[in-house]
Amino acid sequence: MVLRLIERTAVLLVSLAVSSVLVFAFMAVLPGDPARVALGVNASDEAVAELRRQFGLDRSLSTQYFDWLGGLLQGDFGTSYVSKAAIGPQIFDRFQVTLWLVVVAMVVALVIAAPAGTVMAARHRRLSGLALSALSQVGVAVPAFLAGILLIMLFAVKLGWLPANGWTPPAEDPGMFLRQLILPALSLGLVQGAVLTRYVRSAVLDVLREDYLRTARAKGLRPFPALWRHGLRNAAVPVVTVLGLQLATLLIGAVVVERVFVIPGLGSLLLDGVSNRDLLLVQDVVMVLVIAVLVVNFLVDLLYVALDPRLRVGSR
Amino acid sequence: MKSYPTRAVALAAAGLLALTACSAGSGSSSNSSPGADQALSIGLVAEPASLDFTTTDGAAIPQALLGNVYNGLVKQDETGKIVPDLAKSWTVSPDRKLYTFTLVDNAKFTNGAAFTSADAVFSIDRVKKNWTTSLKAAMDVVQTAKAVSPTELQVTLSKPSNDWLFRMTTRIGAMFSQTGVDKLATDPVGTGPYKFGTWKRGDSIVLQRNDDYWGTKPFFNQVTLKYFKDPTALNNALLTGTINVIGTVQAPEALSQFTSNDKYQVIEGTTNGEVLLSFNNSQPVFKDIRVRQAIRQAIDHKALLDTCFAGRGKLIGSMVPPTDPWYEDLTSVAPYDQAKAKAALQAAGATGKTLRLRLPTLPYATSCGQVVKSQLEQVGLKVTIDQLEFPAAWLTTVLKNADYDMSIIAHVEPRDLGAVFNAKYYTRYDDPTLQGLLAAADAGDEATQVSEMKKAARRISEQAAADWLFLLPNLVVADKNLTGLPQNAITESFDLSRLARS
Repeated sequence: MVLRLIERTAVLLVSLAVSSVLVFAFMAVLPGDPARVALGVNASDEAVAELRRQFGLDRSLSTQYFDWLGGLLQGDFGTSYVSKAAIGPQIFDRFQVTLWLVVVAMVVALVIAAPAGTVMAARHRRLSGLALSALSQVGVAVPAFLAGILLIMLFAVKLGWLPANGWTPPAEDPGMFLRQLILPALSLGLVQGAVLTRYVRSAVLDVLREDYLRTARAKGLRPFPALWRHGLRNAAVPVVTVLGLQLATLLIGAVVVERVFVIPGLGSLLLDGVSNRDLLLVQDVVMVLVIAVLVVNFLVDLLYVALDPRLRVGSR
Repeated sequence: MKSYPTRAVALAAAGLLALTACSAGSGSSSNSSPGADQALSIGLVAEPASLDFTTTDGAAIPQALLGNVYNGLVKQDETGKIVPDLAKSWTVSPDRKLYTFTLVDNAKFTNGAAFTSADAVFSIDRVKKNWTTSLKAAMDVVQTAKAVSPTELQVTLSKPSNDWLFRMTTRIGAMFSQTGVDKLATDPVGTGPYKFGTWKRGDSIVLQRNDDYWGTKPFFNQVTLKYFKDPTALNNALLTGTINVIGTVQAPEALSQFTSNDKYQVIEGTTNGEVLLSFNNSQPVFKDIRVRQAIRQAIDHKALLDTCFAGRGKLIGSMVPPTDPWYEDLTSVAPYDQAKAKAALQAAGATGKTLRLRLPTLPYATSCGQVVKSQLEQVGLKVTIDQLEFPAAWLTTVLKNADYDMSIIAHVEPRDLGAVFNAKYYTRYDDPTLQGLLAAADAGDEATQVSEMKKAARRISEQAAADWLFLLPNLVVADKNLTGLPQNAITESFDLSRLARS
């Protein structure tokens, strides 16, 4: 158990170090000069060179990397090339927005997938199970942004029930916050829910074939109570794995959905940064996303252990 | 066991519906009804990267701030005429080198300081000393700026220049407070009808009415500029009442949903945005005037405009929009004639040559590029299209390195004929005759300026220094009861001061 924890932590730290090098290297080879973008179409070469100096882009790559890494370790994300504002607070603000979106979408996905997948598995030879199965296939095929556009057309433009886009912080106006959150969270959650449903279905199907469940049924429990009491925990292990991976997909998927719904989250910050060649900002945002994904995977690893006692007996 | 999974779904669904239903009821009054709260929300496309246009380029910053937060000494009215702003009047000496401005005496900056000629001197000198964007070059011609009295300013030029006064209507001429330039990127200080309120990055900028404004106070006490990257999201925001105005329509094919709805008004006018099919005049193939002219004649501009901009916009035939005093319709210089174009290319030995059309990733460039390609291939050229990410990749590859044969981009700066067609710019157009005409226009009196600029516009059209696909239209959609919206968008600012609700 302890050994496993140490091993996982080491893997996490090494992954973080390697990815910081990769992120930095990608930014360094990205075509387009941030100083030239800031100065516009008629800028002289001298002016561009001067601005490069101000941005610190004339330093050697290794100096730039270690300065950046050193700052990160102290929680200093640096100052944006373009807006001249500190990057840390911006990322913090935007990350909260994206976090709301991702967490609520995850809840939507779970609320759909857990029951639907179970029903599909339990009735996999019957019409209702097949119909649900077909429906989930459609859901898997629809990209989140398309789901978003369709939801906007129906619920905002046609019916006028919900706002088409925008974002209000929950502290400012909770009612408006919820109304604006519903459609984007649904468009992310429905699609992820459809994917997750497939995994829940196969996990539950596996469990249904197990001897202990047959025993439970033989004791006289009806199908669903038997599954609820004896099957769910066993089915949860593969589902949690997928959930962790999906959280990463959701974070990235949020970039596109934020664009469709005009939500000032991490994704829109990233896109703006890319087009303005605000490289330090892009580097920081990507690094934060990488950290988030790696940490989630780390936690999922730990969660296995909690779910499955067999993993606690360290054969590895 | 308490709840079965199926029941949980039903409950969640019911909860969601209840939330939707009740909040739809309570939210319906949040749209401002006429005269209720005097606030306005305008949807725009590009968000500023910073609020400091002295060090960061890009049209979005002056669009939000110039004329609204900042005033200049002079400004341009809707017809293109130069009219007073902070300068009540001005005179020009007979040798056209000394400008004497009489300034208003009641203007105040939003930091409390009074505006005087010392601020004007400070602002003009600051362009030369502290600005970093390339636009600052327009101030090079100024020799000295002197405060004669608090309301009298004298500016001496090193040579006569009509262009200088015109540039003073742009962001170059913005007046800054001597005590208010510390935080230009986040906290601009000006004398305008609005003062800067808040900036929610990635979302909106809020401007508040400046109750100490020296001129006519604006109708709305608060204007929100909301930024939308996605044109569909922008349209939806107006359709659902989140905003009251679409400042610039990006996708003209989507206009029909507004023209057919009597809740909205659609305003169509002109801009300074000439959409150029640029030629790299330093490439051997473009050194032959027959090739350049043939390309112009091979393109059916009317059909192109219909296909790639829904027929909105204007055919111009040179680098001058209709609002400039020296505008002439030059579309007849190179009329559409495929047979002639084919023959000319044959004679020049260019038939079968491959040209690289390197496009920025902008919707109009992408769709016009396809039309240009197919029309040029009909007369015997081969065209390969490259998409370059805009702005970064395009700026470096095409604009800086001139590594291209042809490109398509809208040049939106006002009076930019001389800036675009010279040997140093990416057009690599080296033409002493044109430079002579431009110099004479800049140095002469107003009549000379008009006549020489007409010759210059004709010169580049006849020389086929590029092809002018069309002039971008100014397309604004707004709630029906809004007044004071500008017909033409020919200045750098989105003028909020005259907007009102009837």
